Order: sequence, then structure tokens, then C-alpha cells
Amino acid sequence: MATPDDLQFQEFEEAAELLSADPEASTLSLSASDNSARAGGGGGGSEDVKLDLSDDEEGQEESSELLGGQKPSGGFWTFEYYESFFNVDTVQVLDRVKGSVLPLPGRNFIKHYIRSNPDLYGPFWICVTLVFSVAISGNLSTFISKMGDPSYHYRPQFHRVTIAAVVIFMYAWLVPIGLWGFLTWRQGTERQIGGYSFLETVCVYGYSLFIYIPTSVLWIIPFEWLRWTLIVVAMVISGSVLVLTFWPVVREDTKVMAVATVATIVVLHTLLAIGCKMYFFQTAVHAPTPAAPTTPAIHMTLTPGPH
Amino acid sequence: MAAADDASRPFAGLSDVSISGDISVEGDISVPVGSSRRDDEYSTLDEPVKETILRDLRAVGNKFIHVLYPKRSSALLRDWDLWGPLLLCVTLALLLQGGAADSDDQGGPQFAEVFVIIWFGSIIITLNSKLLGGTISFFQSLCVLGYCIMPLTVAMAVCRIVLIGGSGTVSFAVRLVVVTASFGWSTFASTAFLGDSQPANRKALVVYPVFLFYFVIGWMILTFSPSQ
Repeated sequence: MATPDDLQFQEFEEAAELLSADPEASTLSLSASDNSARAGGGGGGSEDVKLDLSDDEEGQEESSELLGGQKPSGGFWTFEYYESFFNVDTVQVLDRVKGSVLPLPGRNFIKHYIRSNPDLYGPFWICVTLVFSVAISGNLSTFISKMGDPSYHYRPQFHRVTIAAVVIFMYAWLVPIGLWGFLTWRQGTERQIGGYSFLETVCVYGYSLFIYIPTSVLWIIPFEWLRWTLIVVAMVISGSVLVLTFWPVVREDTKVMAVATVATIVVLHTLLAIGCKMYFFQTAVHAPTPAAPTTPAIHMTLTPGPH
Repeated sequence: MAAADDASRPFAGLSDVSISGDISVEGDISVPVGSSRRDDEYSTLDEPVKETILRDLRAVGNKFIHVLYPKRSSALLRDWDLWGPLLLCVTLALLLQGGAADSDDQGGPQFAEVFVIIWFGSIIITLNSKLLGGTISFFQSLCVLGYCIMPLTVAMAVCRIVLIGGSGTVSFAVRLVVVTASFGWSTFASTAFLGDSQPANRKALVVYPVFLFYFVIGWMILTFSPSQ
């Protein structure tokens, strides 16, 4: 009669073989209770099954290689720990960016592109680029819209960079924390299909912001209808990336919670886009071109404020 | 035999002395430290201050020349120093002052903002390149990124001179050309030094932040508008 430990170990191998045969299959992630001991942000994705019941060290290492999980080595105070989050090539980053602008209904961004190799390179540099592109484009659009005004004096408005940085980085890091915490808490009570690790959530949010970079550059063009069209298109694309990613995880929950979660994701994303547009790309109040000749005195007394 | 002669040169005075039991030997025995024979190379404490400063300035100037003609050379990498970057950063930040409505928060970057962007940006780019598996050391990378700001600082000085002449469309066009050229030069120079330290499949991932960094600095220079 095999001991319970041997039985557990055999199941483990079978699961590993099944998984290596079909990496797309959904896996059940039994995260052991010592997950919390590994400092936040640890570990690979949902395929990283850890069964502490097995005493066989070799078996565990072998299985993690089979599953392709990326284990960060060392504690969070070592350099190697963070190096494991930058383990991407140029081609991979470009591939992930492409996946974020072309969401297809069958493709879960995390399962398809990230595949338990979440990186911090993409989210961080996309956020930085977005901060500067929004601030610079906003400045340019203000300049273009006020170009005809003779009393307008160009200002670089550098404080906008600070504001944009605070807003975008807070969105890209606090919302994933909240969402991941919420999803983990919901799953903790129900043992659902494996949720995403914290890093994967951050990764999805970071890459989903990419579409706003070209959008913000195109917002320089001073036509309101064009700006609203662009914002709708961008929101649809990046919102659908997020929804397609999180819907499979949330759908097992109660209907109300599932819809509420997805709705919150979409609403926050919308708020970010519209907030950026309203603050950085304020439309100038065009004085109606007078049909009747106005005296120059009126123009002189019109001193528009700094905004 | 020759080696023995070399070794005994400090003891030249003693080579003729035959030592028997009772003869006391007088004199100084100086043991050379390392292989250097000249003591004054090590006592930099005794040299005039002017020489100390000039030596550092010459090293900095030498690196400026290497940035002007960027070819693969180890001067910037091997003998890194941070004096040059500090000098350039302070000069650039000072030149960016005095713009339109400094006290108003609508104006250009403050001195502290420029400083933070340059140094913090350099540190982040260096960390990024090290995390991606680069072989360059932390301070070497800071040194290279700092020295390659030099073309942009020169462009800033040129822009201020052009702005004295007027701030119309012509001056803007001239400034645009100058800033674009120096931005391209800076990026090219720094990737010439940093590019080799990365594995080939990640080179673009390291070059892009450098491009963004110099682009932002170039933007700050181009949008400098003088107070009226």
C-alpha cells in the first residue's frame, strides 16, 4: 500500500505531463499557505503548482522546469530577485505590445502572451512614455489652439509632467494592487480556477495603457469630434484587453460580483482616459470671429488667464 | 646579475662595506614600496593645489573630446568620473533658469526638476540596463550618460544666444535644427558606448530609454522661452 506521500507525488507527475502536453489547459493553482511568506510579487503564474506535501526536492524542481514557471531566486533584497522580472527580449516586448493593441476575443492576454513570464520592463517604460507623451502633447495642443491669440505667450507648463506622472503611476500600480487583492480574496473563499499573480495583473494593466500613447499624440489635432472618436476607440481596445483577461477569472463568481468587478475595471479605465483628455487637452474657448469690426481696444483688454 | 644590481641600487652606499661582527653600520635603509622609484608620485598631498585641480580638469576635458568624436574607446569607461556630469548638469540647469514666468508654475522646469530628471533618469536607465543583463558597471554607465549630455548643453547655450536675437519663427527654426542635431548626437554617442555591453537581443530595450531621456532633455531646451 503506497504511503499518502507517494500517492500525492504520482498525481503531481501526471498533472505535469498533462500540462506540458497542453499548455493552454486551465490549471488549478493550489497556492500553499506559505505564499504569503514570499514577499509580495513573488512567483510565476498559475502553472506554478507547489505541493509542499512531497519531500522529493528533485521532483519539485523537475516539475517547475516542465511547467516553465519562473521562480525568482533569492530574497527580495537581492538583485537577482528583480533581474527575474526583466527576463524578456526585444521581440517578446514587441509581441506583447502588439497583443495589447489587437485584442482578439479568444485570446487572454496573460495566458497567450505573458505565460508566466511577467516582466516589469513593459509596464514601467510604457507608463514613463505615456507621462511624457501626454504632457508634451497637451502642451503642444494648448500652443496650437492659442496660436492665433496675439496676447498669448508660450509657456512650457512643465508642472504638467509632475501631475501626469503622479496620476498615471498611481493608476498603473494602485489599481492592480486593489484588483489583485480583491480577486485573491474572492478566490480564497471559493478555490476557483487559478487567479493571476500580482505581477501578471500589473503587467496587463501596464501593457493595456500602451494604446494611449499614439492616441495622446493624435490628440494634438484640434478637432473635437476626432478627439472623442480617438478616445472611444482607445477605450474600447484597451478596455477589451482588460475585460478579456479578467472575465474568465471572475465569471465563476456570483453574477452580481462578476459584473460589478468588470464594470469597475471599465469605469476606472474610462475615468483615466477622460480625465487625461479633459485636463491636458483643454479646448480653447474660441472667440467667435466677429462679423462686425471690433475695436482693437477690446482685444487688448482680453487677457486670457494662464490656462 | 643585473637583477641583483637593480635590487641593490638603494643600498649602493653599502655595497662596499664588508660586514664583520663588530662593525656598526650606519645609514638609512629605504625599502621601495612596489615598483615605483619616485616618491613624489605618491605624495600628492604635497603638490600644489593648482596641479591637483588641473589634473582632474584635464581628465574631464579629455572625456569631453571623446564624446565629441564618439568612437569605441575605453577612456570613458575605464577611468570614469562624475565631475563632468555634475558640471554639465549644473550648467544646463542654470541655463534653463530665467525663463518665462519662473515664479508662476506655468513656466519651465525649476532647477531642482532639471537636476532630478537628469540624475534620477540616469540612475533609472542604468538600473534598467543592469537588470536586463548588461555588463557595464553602475558608475561607468552614469559617467557615460552624464558626459553625453554635453552636446545638449552646447545646444542650450546656442539657443540662448539665438534667443537674444529674437524669438520669432526663424529663431525657432534655427533652434529646432540645433536641438535635433545635438539630441541625435547625444543618443548616438551614448549608444556607441553603452550598446556593446548588452546582449544583442536586448539592445533595443536598453537604447529606447536612453532615447527617451535625451528626448525629454531636448524638449526642455527647445521649449525654453525667455521672459519678456
